[in-house]
Amino acid sequence: MFDKRMSIDDIVAQLRDGMTIAIGGWATRRKPMALIRAIARSDLKDLTIVSYGGPDVGMLAASGKIAKLIFAFVSLDHIPIEPYFKAARQAGLPVWELDEGMLHWGLRAAAMRLPFLPTRVGIGTAIADHPAFRTIRSPYDDGETLLAMPAIRPDVALLHVHRSDEKGNILTLSPDPFFDELMARAAAHTFVTAEQIVATQDLGLPSNARYHLVERSLITGVAEAPFGAHPTSAAPDYQLDLPHLRTYAAAEGEGWADYHRKYVAVDDAAYLAAVGGTDAIRAIPAPVY
Amino acid sequence: MTETTATLAELLIVACAEVWRDDPEWLATGITPIPRLGASLAKLSFNPRLMITDAENMLVETPAPLGPRDTSPTVEGWAPYARTFDNLWGGRRHALVAPVQIDRFGQTNISVIGDHVRPKAALLGARGFPGNSASHPNSYFIPQHNRRSFVAGEVDHVCSVGYNPKRWANGRKPLGLELRWIISNLCVMDFGGGDHAIRPISLHPGVTIEEVRDNCGFDLAWSGEVLPVTALPTPEALSIIRALDPHDIRATLIKGNPSAQRIA
Repeated sequence: MFDKRMSIDDIVAQLRDGMTIAIGGWATRRKPMALIRAIARSDLKDLTIVSYGGPDVGMLAASGKIAKLIFAFVSLDHIPIEPYFKAARQAGLPVWELDEGMLHWGLRAAAMRLPFLPTRVGIGTAIADHPAFRTIRSPYDDGETLLAMPAIRPDVALLHVHRSDEKGNILTLSPDPFFDELMARAAAHTFVTAEQIVATQDLGLPSNARYHLVERSLITGVAEAPFGAHPTSAAPDYQLDLPHLRTYAAAEGEGWADYHRKYVAVDDAAYLAAVGGTDAIRAIPAPVY
Repeated sequence: MTETTATLAELLIVACAEVWRDDPEWLATGITPIPRLGASLAKLSFNPRLMITDAENMLVETPAPLGPRDTSPTVEGWAPYARTFDNLWGGRRHALVAPVQIDRFGQTNISVIGDHVRPKAALLGARGFPGNSASHPNSYFIPQHNRRSFVAGEVDHVCSVGYNPKRWANGRKPLGLELRWIISNLCVMDFGGGDHAIRPISLHPGVTIEEVRDNCGFDLAWSGEVLPVTALPTPEALSIIRALDPHDIRATLIKGNPSAQRIA
């Protein structure tokens, strides 16, 4: 039997202290939040997190899971500064700060099994002052000195997708796939949560071929997690829950224990009930940018 | 004198639009509402070549108004983040963004205030500033012209490359580095001084050069000449701005929503 289905807790059981974990999505969009809450409830510690950051980073920071953050930003978009990230950062959370495109480039280098990829990005800025970087001189006649963006090789990538079959053929139906494909190619193992696990013939291929994120050989395990991106979006299935993000953001500090009790230290059914139920999530209007 | 009821926010939108006046067919990106309205105004009033996005991941045929709206503009193309990077690394974009700090080199900061290891205030992170600044023309919008934003020395964390050869690799200017304009609540500046020094080129109505200099942490290139007054919005521009911002969000962006014309 060729079946990669597992539970969210099974995925968490595959993770180890000290791992480097890449988290898919972007800020408030298509973050694997059900999985993030499960990690927040676990005993895992000392994680290095790689993310185009949103509440995934904030929640893991608030839960004391992050030893080091590799990032270019952390934001809730409509709430520009992620308050838990801000608090952790100001308390001295170790970080490696990159440009958004450099993060993409580091994942691409790992995906291609290259030690680095050259780039002009970062030259002339404080980003390039980080001791992790070396420069390289073009061997061609231009002689330009470029930054050698080192490969970023996560142990694990965690992604949230719209559909999967039991073999890990996955579809991301949202208008932007972000850099999830590169995270899957760069990581040793990729685990996904999916809105729905369906039979292969129900993936709608080949019409949906452009939404097929990556070859199934890169996917180690898949867990069904309806509304598993909430409070971030998994458009077109549902939109981000801005009122809930405001509740989450406002809880930073003294309110965190209460937030944690209501929304983190609970199972998925209780979580969905606590945030208003699945009909309410489906009814959330698209955000205005 | 032209009598006007225009606000300072509206004057700034018009000044922002001007940065894209002569641009070729490429992506115009305005981040934060006033620059975004500026890009939209430029496209609608004098540069239809410009491409703009819906601030998410689609290129739109006409600018999307700010705030809740009944209809969406026609989508003319796809702009996911991967393509945004491919486009900007190719140099085909002019961005007008709003840093928290800027220094005499035109280096800017949106990462932290204070020390990077243990910041006094953690902000967003460098986002795409390093890549933007090394790849395509950039202009900056700084709505609070004071010594906390126009800083002495270098900005606290250099997120975007500027005209500071000491930071360049082997002293060689990055290929795409080209800083064009700075629009503040007091004046419009460019990088036309010696060694690309920042130079005021027009003062907003009622603003003096002394006020501009007193509120800047470094010396501006200015040799005593009388500077022109920044243009007030025309009735046509005001009409387009009202359509682009039907909920008057612009009235909330500058403290007190002052008039474009200061009372002397």
